[in-house]
Parts: sequence; structure tokens; C-alpha cells
Amino acid sequence: MTENTTPTGGFSRRRFLELGAGTAAVAGLAACGGGKSADDAAGADPTGEFSAGYDGPEIELSYWNGFTGGDGPFMKQMVADFMKDNPKIKVKSNTVEWAQYYQRMPAAVTAGKGPDVGVMHLDQLATNAARKVIVPVDDLAEAIGLAQDDFTEDVWTAGIYQDARYGIPLDVHSLGMYYNTESFEKAGVSEAPADAAALTDALDKLKSAGNANPFWMPSRWPAHLMFLSVLWQNGGEPYATDGATATFDSDAGVSALTWMVEVINKGYSPKNVAQDSQYVAFKNKQVDVTWDGIWQINDLKAADMPFALAPVPVVGESSAVWANSHNFYITRQASQDENKLQAAKVFIDALSKKSGDWAQAGMVPARKSVRESAAVKDTTQAPIAAQIDDMRFLPPVPGLGDVQAQTLEIAVADAILGKSQPADALKSAASKATQLMGENLKKYEA
Amino acid sequence: MASSDTAASTTAGTASSERPEVSRPSSVSRGRREGGGAAPWLFMAPYLVLFLGFVIAPAIYGLYISLRAYDYLLPNKPFVGLDNYQKLFDSESTTYSDFWNSMQATGIFTLFSVPLLLTIPLLVALLMNSKFKGRNLFRALYFAPYVLGVAVVAVLWRFLLDSNIGLINQYLGGLGLPDGIPWLTSVPEAWVALVGVTVWWTLGFNAVIYLAGLQDIPGELYEAAKVDGANKWQSFRNVTLPGLRPVLAFVTMITIIASANMFGQSYLMTKGAPGIETRTAIYYIADTGLRNSQMGDAAAMSYVLTVILIVLSVGVFWLFRERKD
Repeated sequence: MTENTTPTGGFSRRRFLELGAGTAAVAGLAACGGGKSADDAAGADPTGEFSAGYDGPEIELSYWNGFTGGDGPFMKQMVADFMKDNPKIKVKSNTVEWAQYYQRMPAAVTAGKGPDVGVMHLDQLATNAARKVIVPVDDLAEAIGLAQDDFTEDVWTAGIYQDARYGIPLDVHSLGMYYNTESFEKAGVSEAPADAAALTDALDKLKSAGNANPFWMPSRWPAHLMFLSVLWQNGGEPYATDGATATFDSDAGVSALTWMVEVINKGYSPKNVAQDSQYVAFKNKQVDVTWDGIWQINDLKAADMPFALAPVPVVGESSAVWANSHNFYITRQASQDENKLQAAKVFIDALSKKSGDWAQAGMVPARKSVRESAAVKDTTQAPIAAQIDDMRFLPPVPGLGDVQAQTLEIAVADAILGKSQPADALKSAASKATQLMGENLKKYEA
Repeated sequence: MASSDTAASTTAGTASSERPEVSRPSSVSRGRREGGGAAPWLFMAPYLVLFLGFVIAPAIYGLYISLRAYDYLLPNKPFVGLDNYQKLFDSESTTYSDFWNSMQATGIFTLFSVPLLLTIPLLVALLMNSKFKGRNLFRALYFAPYVLGVAVVAVLWRFLLDSNIGLINQYLGGLGLPDGIPWLTSVPEAWVALVGVTVWWTLGFNAVIYLAGLQDIPGELYEAAKVDGANKWQSFRNVTLPGLRPVLAFVTMITIIASANMFGQSYLMTKGAPGIETRTAIYYIADTGLRNSQMGDAAAMSYVLTVILIVLSVGVFWLFRERKD
């Protein structure tokens, strides 16, 4: 039949299993005192210990990540290399699809069966910090010599929640513009368009070269990321940094969404583009231009098609693009055991230094020193790496990602599918988002 | 099927003939009865333990959650009384419009899928019950989609139904029909797609139950009807349908409940699109409770949905019982 979960049964079964775990968690939290114990435990001269690496007993580290795509094999290799260098630390990897990751990971940590160390997105750090799943890593950042000037300000500050740092950035990844080099050549477009006029010009040329719809406008992923990018380009901010109000219905937002709808109205895109079809069509060579995450590079390379990657053109007033970042974190589960904590830190230190290898997975290393190395200069994503100062991140507000999924994403989809006008869709979504953000503030501050 | 039923009625017959003996006031039988006090419970224990542990206890715990602002990771889960329920009936709240929108989506889906899932499988079962060559192959074919998981079914159809790169629109275009139908991004097209896929996927299950029911109707009744001069339709109307009544009640009930619990198809095929119009109740409850960690709200919604389903089920029971008398 359809899903066989009865409404109460589904939840309650889960709740029941967590009943026992929950009690343990409460006890753990009481001992933890808001995650501060992690600081104390490692507070004793962490720098000295690091140079010596890990010299405790043999230990097993549980490591969770969501690298299920073309990035997976590279992470696997990095972990294998680490274990060769550190025979006393056995790393047990668990790869969970990102879509499920943020639901399973906190539950597993609560039950004591979660990761000791893992990778999560920058925009999830605040939520998990507020929910006390992860612990601060300020001392680690200091000990491994992470300094603010090795990072852009945006990625650095987005990892800080309530004056404590919760993530060690591994990479940054943004939206980019993929284009079919063969079609571009055929249509006589010599270089990747960098602004709105050049984009229109290129699309017109592609149209006259025979592709009636060269640039499909998606209604779902990554439509909201395109919207945010153009909104930032227009000088807007989607949310107030204090997490109290949503401001994506500003003029900057309305004109961003209007531009997206125009792409359809002017005939560059067909109507009703369903989820993922613009990307599949790009791989099928039906679409010549598409905006997507730079993590798709390896997937497109495997598809053996003629493509190149360029920064998202400046449709608005100045260059800006949506970005996110993979960050290492340590859970409160690991912070209970001093050896585990130390091993986790050694692990993060080692992998963070190797982020040049990680560039092969299609990402842009977060550290300036690595980013400017030869390992990155020759990659497909090099033009994106150069754009790092234009990358914009969501502010570290707990629960914001979920608010966005319920409001902004739906408003964007509604406007693109022609169900409502951009201004109306954004206005009602923003007022609902503000209401939800108020509820979240109350919830996480209590 | 038929033989097991005969066995059951024989047992019943024996039991009823023994009844006077048991009720006779003899010390022996009384002793036996007392000794039997624990036995039925012991026999029921394996099921009862699971039922209490995994259905009743969680349901009660769910009630407790629904009275709180509940996030299992936060140390304090403040008691909010009936707030979570009140929010569902207060048009100013954050959950009101989304919840009722999702209930409406579930309602629409149930309204259109249940009649189709009651009639089409019956036709299939009638067909499969007649004698023809390759009957077993066809029985297997109709049942086959049911063995697929929802993820497989949904991903398969998502690509077939895609408005711009899907095979269905491609074929429609080839036949000279409109080839730009937005199966997944617009209503009512999306409902046609969701209901159609669900019927294709699950009709085999209902058909098998109907088939079992059909095989339980004694052949003499059809012969008697024939002797009385009944035509095909009359014997279907007066023999088959009454014979299927208990089966029909069961199928109706489980189909309504299954349709009301629809989640996977819209989660995977439409993502609730357009906007949130195909986001069903279970989908919204899962999003609220598991993704947004507002478990108190989600539990309250679950209870409201449960109450509605209970009322509906009682209604179905009543409907079928009424006619039986």
C-alpha cells in the first residue's frame, strides 16, 4: 500500500526507542553543562599534544559524512591515508546521504551510537550547536594554527555561534555556471558570459543556433540558491543576522525572482521544469547553460561531455554567489572520552591540512594557503576558487535551514511555476518565515 | 482458502456442541476453566507484548509529547497544555494553514484513489478468477508492481512523467497529443499522476484479496442463480457482491487508511509541488516533527489525523454492518 506508518505509530515508535536513550542523554547533558566540558578536557596544553600526535591506547573513531557522490572516493582515500600514518587510530566511516544525515546524526549521538567526529554543512552548525549535539572546537582551531586571515571573513564568522567556534572548515563550495562548450562554439559565443547583458546575448545566439530553450529555470533545487545569489548581487540580505526577521521580500529579492521568471517568459526556458530535469537535460545536451553546485564536476566528467565551469554571471549590481562549506565537528559523544577527543582532533588536523587532495573532489579548499597552491590552480573549479571573496553564506541562526525550506523555497517554486507573482509569493513567505524564526529564537534560547 | 474455511467451521461446530457440557457445574470443568485462566494470556503474550510495547505505550507517550514544546535534544521540554492543538485551529498560527492544506491534500488523494482502488482490482480479480490460458502469468503480472518499494516506483515514474524530458509526454507528442503536460508541477495534473501511479502500484494487493474472496463463494450459489434464470449481471449483483461483503469491508478499510497515510509518492515524485499543494498530512507531520524538530506540534497533528481516521473507520464499519442485517 502507501506508506504503512500509522500517524502516531511512526513517531511514537521512534520516541519509544529514544525513551531510554533520552534519559541517558539528559544525564549526559547535565554533566556536559552546555558543551563546556569539552573545552576543559582538552584545555590542558593542547598545542603540545598535537605536535606529538596521538599516543594513547589503540582507539576506534566513528566518522560520519555525507559524501555519497563523486566526492566519496576521494574522502575514502584520505581516510585510508590517515590510518596508514596513524596506526593506533582506527577510523570507522559511515556515509549517509545528506538528505537524511541531519535527522539521523543527532538521534544517533543521543543514543551514544553516533559519530565521534564528522563533517557537516556550515549552515547546520548553529542548529546542532544549539541542540548540543556538537561541542566547541576553539582550542583545536588555535592548536592547528587556523587563523582568521587564512579564511574569508564570511566563512570564518559563519562557524561561530554564541562566541564559540563549532566547525573547522574543510572546503567551500558554491553555485557555478556550467555550459556546453561545443554548443557555445557552434553558436559563436567565445567566452562565458559574465553579466546579464552578455548572458542574454549568449542565450540569443544559442537560440538562433537551434536550441529553442538553452537555459532551463528549475522550480526546485537549486532554484532557491540561484535566487539567493541574485538577491545578494542586488545588495540584499535574506535574513537579519540576529535571526529575528526574514528580509528576502525586499526589492533586491523581488527583482531577483522577477529576473528568474523573465528567463521563462522570454522563452529561454520551458515552463514547469520539475526537480532535477534541468540537470539531466544538461547531461543530455538538451540544455546549454545551467547553474548548479560545483560538486557536480566529477559527475559531469564521468558523463564524458564537453563542459566548462564559470562563475555565476553578475545579473544584479555586483558579484556575489551562494556558497556553503563542509566543516569538521566533534560531538558531545566524543567529548566524554579524553583519548577519543584527542584522536578526533588529530584526525581533523591531518585532514584539514590535506584539503589540497580534497580539491580533486570538485571542492574549493577553505584555506587560502591551500587554495593558492598548484593542486587547485589546474582544476575545473579554479575560476570559482578565484571568486572566493564574493561567496555568501547563510547567517549562523539555529533552525534557519528548515525555515527556509518551508518558506523561501516554496515562494521561489510558486513564482517560477507561475502560481503567483514574485512580490506576493515572497511577501507572504517572508512574513511566515519571520514568525517561525521568532518561535525558533524562543525555543533555542529557553 | 476454501478448505481452511471448512476446517474453521467444523471447529466452530464442535465448540458449540460442547458448550452445554462446559457450562455444567462440575468441579472438574471448573478446575479446567480456572487453569485455563492463564493459558489464553500466555498464548496471546507474544503479540500482546509487541502491541503494548510498540503501539499502546508509544501512543500514550505521543500524547505526552503533544502537550509540550518538544525537541528531544533540548534539555527543557516545556509543558504548553493544549497549545499545540489550539494552534491547529487558530488561523493566525504558523501551523494552521499548512496543516489544513496538507489535510486537504490527503483528502483529495483519498477521495480519488479509494474508489479506483476498490473497483479496478475487483475487475482484475473477476478476470483472473475466470479460466483461461496463462492465467497464473497474468496473476503474477498484476501483482508484480506491488513488490517494488515506494522509492523505486516513485523514481521510475518521476522520470517517465517529467514534463520536459519524460517518456510519457514524448509518446503523447508522437501521437499528436499535447506533449507539455506538467504531470509533476501543476494541479490537477499532479493528482492524476499520483493517483494513477498509486493505483498501478497497489492494485495487485487488493486484487489478491478479492480473488481469495471470490474463490470462497460456493459454486452452488451460481448454479442456483442460473437455474433461477439470472443473467451475468444479476448473479454478480446478487451472488458475488453479497458473498464478497466481508472482504469488501476489509478492503475498503485498509485502502482508506493506506491512502490517508500517503507520503512516499508525493515526497519523492512532486516534493509537494506545486508549492505545497500535494504535500500530504503524513508528509507535513514528518517534516514538522523530524526535520524541523517540532515534535509537540507533530504529535498533536498526528492525534488529530488519528481521530479523524478512527471516525472514518467507524463509519465504514457501520455502513457495511447496516446493509448486512
